Amino acid sequence: MSAISIKNLTYVYSKKTPYEKKALDNVSLQIEEGEFVGLVGATGSGKSTLIQHFNGLIRKQEGEVVVDGLDASKKKSLKNLRFRVGMVFQYPEYQLFEDTVAKDVAFGPKNMKLPKDEIDRRVRRAMEVVGLPYDEFAGRSPFELSGGEKRRAAIAGVIAMEPRILVLDEPVAGLDPAGRREILELILKLKAEVSPTVVMVSHYMDDLAETASRIVALKDGRIVADGTPEEVFGDREKAAEAGLDLPTAAKIVDALAARGISLEKTVVTRRALVNGLVKYRKDKSDGNTKAGDENV
Amino acid sequence: MFKDIAFGQYYPVDSVIHRLDARIKLVLTVMFVVAIFFVNTYFGFMLTAAFLLLVILLARLPMLSVLKSVRAVLFIVVFAAVINLFMINEGTVLWSWKSLHITDTAVHTTIKMTLRLVLLISGASLLSLTTTPVEISDGMESLMKPLKFIKVPVHDIAMIMSIALRFIPTLFEETGKIVSAQKARGASFDTGGLIARAKALLPVLIPLFVNSFRRADELAFAMDARCYNATDKRTKMKVMKLRVADVIAFFVVTAFFVAILLDRYYFVGALDKLMFGGLV
Ligand SMILES: Nc1ncnc2c1ncn2[C@@H]1O[C@H](COP(=O)(O)OP(=O)(O)OP(=O)(O)O)[C@@H](O)[C@H]1O
Ligand SMILES: [Mg+2]
Repeated sequence: MSAISIKNLTYVYSKKTPYEKKALDNVSLQIEEGEFVGLVGATGSGKSTLIQHFNGLIRKQEGEVVVDGLDASKKKSLKNLRFRVGMVFQYPEYQLFEDTVAKDVAFGPKNMKLPKDEIDRRVRRAMEVVGLPYDEFAGRSPFELSGGEKRRAAIAGVIAMEPRILVLDEPVAGLDPAGRREILELILKLKAEVSPTVVMVSHYMDDLAETASRIVALKDGRIVADGTPEEVFGDREKAAEAGLDLPTAAKIVDALAARGISLEKTVVTRRALVNGLVKYRKDKSDGNTKAGDENV
Repeated sequence: MFKDIAFGQYYPVDSVIHRLDARIKLVLTVMFVVAIFFVNTYFGFMLTAAFLLLVILLARLPMLSVLKSVRAVLFIVVFAAVINLFMINEGTVLWSWKSLHITDTAVHTTIKMTLRLVLLISGASLLSLTTTPVEISDGMESLMKPLKFIKVPVHDIAMIMSIALRFIPTLFEETGKIVSAQKARGASFDTGGLIARAKALLPVLIPLFVNSFRRADELAFAMDARCYNATDKRTKMKVMKLRVADVIAFFVVTAFFVAILLDRYYFVGALDKLMFGGLV
């Protein structure tokens, strides 16, 4: 059973008005448990629309959405669905509302009607995992935290529900490089400890190349590329067609190729780039010795 | 739950009516509303309906968009009609049951009042359907200019109005986002009793207020940073100019107004007798 199974999904905003807009066009997508899917695409390509189908925030118009075995179009399964799919929206810090961080984090578990000690356990755990030590932050007002701390508090509010599937819409938007790295590490940690399946929308190809096991690219509401980062970015023509920017490592590979140093096109991460260069130097010096041997 | 609230009815097509000067449209809408209150004959209502139909056709609006605004107040219209029907006691009784009576005068009054309301709302909605909120507030500012002489801060009022108008859609969008985010955390807004429901709104209202204050603050800063000041003689980015079409529109509506007045005070219902005979 796939974690998320979507078949022929089409969605139109403001149907039958002059503002009509087809946001999704016959999208089919299977996501297996344990995958880390990076969802990419230009502004307005339908990413947010797609992910909001995962927990029934947007009710499907045409097609089929089955998440964790639950039919997302059934009203009965909605509540359950929302607890199984944790959704972190863009700028989640603007949704904080309680007077203390602990209470805000407890909002989700409370809605799940969990027993009190279980709620406490989850709040503690969620806050520790996102790096807001319970004893220090539990009693503070969420409105007095720094931007980065607010975002962590908001993410804690989602993962306190301990969802099987974690969906994040541009979780690093507007953060500085250090904050960005911290949130990414946090997401990897969450994947390992709490939510085995992760879908992340991002405009940062470097981040996705490093973290995602699979890249899905949308363009004008259609899936235009789907595969491992190596496959998707490795096929330069297709990536360009899909309107994708390349990760820095891949750009360096191209720049080196222009200077006569050819590496594999499937090099998309820093580590692979370093390995590739080391190997290149080794091959070359081996080759040189060989060539030298011949000369002698 | 929030998406049913229709706002920003503006219907974006290009038409003669859309292109009319906002000031003219405002004045003509007021004229139309006043005229409606003089209409008292079925002939007058037919004339008004025909006039509205003409404007709708010229504005290239679908009938449905106009009817939508009527639907929004349908309850009030029906309620008023029912009250009217039973409360008026003059005239000959047509139907009675226990202490309830319906008289012929009541029937006529009710029909006329309902027609008046429906036509009034349709007519007024034509303004917002064909004019953007910004144009309306610009037009109002321009029309209120004379009030400056009695020290009314016309520009400030207009500025406040256009900022408010500008942020209404933003507010709705934001409300939608927060509702989604809280729903994603399992909040439900349509279960439980009245108090439970009111309480369920807190997770939406609090962030909404916090964000609105933040945004107001940022906007004030941004305006300050660009040296905005309301007192000086500011010029307009879009200068409003009357054109031939505006003058024509003015005369058409004036003609309509005069026709309504003639029908009421000169013919005094004679046209109704002519058209409907004994029915009225
Ligand atoms: N509530 C709405 N009403 C009408 N149209 C909408 C609405 N939300 C989104 N759209 C339109 O649907 C299309 C897809 O929007 P969506 O938000 O899914 O894009 P996105 O890929 O998430 O973009 P971004 O990277 O900017 O977040 C866009 O063209 C957008 O204008
Ligand atoms: Mg989006």
